[in-house]
Amino acid sequence: MIKIQDVFFTYPNGVEALRGVNLEIQDGEFLAIMGQNGAGKTTLVKHINGLLKPTKGTVMVDGVDTTKVSVATLAKKVGFVFQNPDHQLFSETVEEEISFALRNFGFSESAIKERVNWALNLLDLAEYRKVSPFMLSGGERKRVALASVLAWDPKIVILDEPTIGQDSQQKERLRQFILQLNHLGKTVIIVTHDVEFVAECKSQVVLMSQGKIIAHGSAKKVLTNLEVVTQASVVLPQISQLFANLKNISFPTEVIDVNEAADILLGKLGDSQ
Amino acid sequence: MSMFNGFKFRSVNSTIHKMDPRAKFIYVCVMFAVAVMFSQLIPLLVLFIIQTPLVFVARVQKEWLRSMKGAAGFAAIIFLMNVLSLYFYGNYESLSAILERSLALTLRFMVLIESFSVFFLTTSPDLLGLALEQSHVPYELCFAFTTAVRFVPVLAEEAQTIMDAQKARGLELEGGSFVKKIRNYIPILIPLIVNAIRRSLELAETMESRAWGATQNRTNLYVLRMGRKDLLLMLFSFIVLAVSAYVSWNVQIPNITYLLNI
Repeated sequence: MIKIQDVFFTYPNGVEALRGVNLEIQDGEFLAIMGQNGAGKTTLVKHINGLLKPTKGTVMVDGVDTTKVSVATLAKKVGFVFQNPDHQLFSETVEEEISFALRNFGFSESAIKERVNWALNLLDLAEYRKVSPFMLSGGERKRVALASVLAWDPKIVILDEPTIGQDSQQKERLRQFILQLNHLGKTVIIVTHDVEFVAECKSQVVLMSQGKIIAHGSAKKVLTNLEVVTQASVVLPQISQLFANLKNISFPTEVIDVNEAADILLGKLGDSQ
Repeated sequence: MSMFNGFKFRSVNSTIHKMDPRAKFIYVCVMFAVAVMFSQLIPLLVLFIIQTPLVFVARVQKEWLRSMKGAAGFAAIIFLMNVLSLYFYGNYESLSAILERSLALTLRFMVLIESFSVFFLTTSPDLLGLALEQSHVPYELCFAFTTAVRFVPVLAEEAQTIMDAQKARGLELEGGSFVKKIRNYIPILIPLIVNAIRRSLELAETMESRAWGATQNRTNLYVLRMGRKDLLLMLFSFIVLAVSAYVSWNVQIPNITYLLNI
């Protein structure tokens, strides 16, 4: 469990990025953190693997205070996939790239081989095993970065802006994949601006604005609440916008799912016929 | 990293900042030449001290101190190497003479750092590029220069992100032997270089799509003109150069060791 208690964080240049954040994330939870640029989303998740230490307050990961241990120690439990894969790829082959972290964590050679194979298959990268990561397309590089983190099977997976630069097919694959990870019992935290993606994932949602959490709850509750969504500079999912416009003729407003929307509309059409 | 802040342009509204970069550049060149002209402690000390008022006029004391602090490590190495080489290979009578000579050569380094620091702290990369352009340096070179300077902070920020990304994959940057430390930086340097090359290619494409190099006769929004203060600084620089040349050729400069008779 991740327990963030009254956390404040100020960058060395004086920017106050977090101003009293309280958040509990249960094991196996799927959480999306949303909000405008500069709201403190990435700053907050960087506290979970200890890349940033709170100026005030505490962050506990499975009962361990993040200020007491190194990033490398926490990283074994908390996998963090950065927004831009080009900030981490450096090896000659995809295989070596994926084994980098495993070597850092001191896995045995046989275990490394096994885990690399597992990760390559998981992300459909087996054919690129011996290819240089620099020769791959943007989407493939992103998958290599993801594989290189999932390889050591961390209990908590944090994905910073996973949908940026992905076409709709890739995005759908990513969504299925994240849901699969979550079903395997992993805690999954994504930082994103992609409201449609979150609506489809139906995860828990935290909305942030100016270094504070302004809403926390299910996607259905939070993403259909026009007031908080506007405050966090997020737009309603298109389905919710439609239903918000129809609320005067007694339509429900808490709708984010396309199938649910279709059922409601078909029901109403059936009534009127 | 803090040492580089001692060379990074800092926008302050001061007389020195407003001066023509060409005048300041001549001043730096003169300081460089004069510092190399002398190897005795007294003239180098004078050279170091006469420059300090400029730092205060430009109001960049804090940043300047950083450059001095950053250079202190290198200075210590220079001092040590000089003491050792003069002790084993030089013909000096006393240890104090060796120390004085080593101190002088170290101070020469500090004088150079001091003048370069003042120059870069008070001259914006844009003005510097403009000055180069008006000095008939080909525009391509001026542009490459200003772009390189402008991207230093971007690269520094990127290096930090890359370090975070690799630390998140279990890379330990602290500790270990010297060789291990160097090896640890490979996962940081490669993405940094690859991204820099990618960015430069992207920049070239965006520049070309904005008609870069379409005409030979570029015009500028701002044109640099030498003012009275610039001429005064250049005059001062030339006087320092002339006096120094005269002194170094015609005057026997005493050693402090000799004066104090130790």
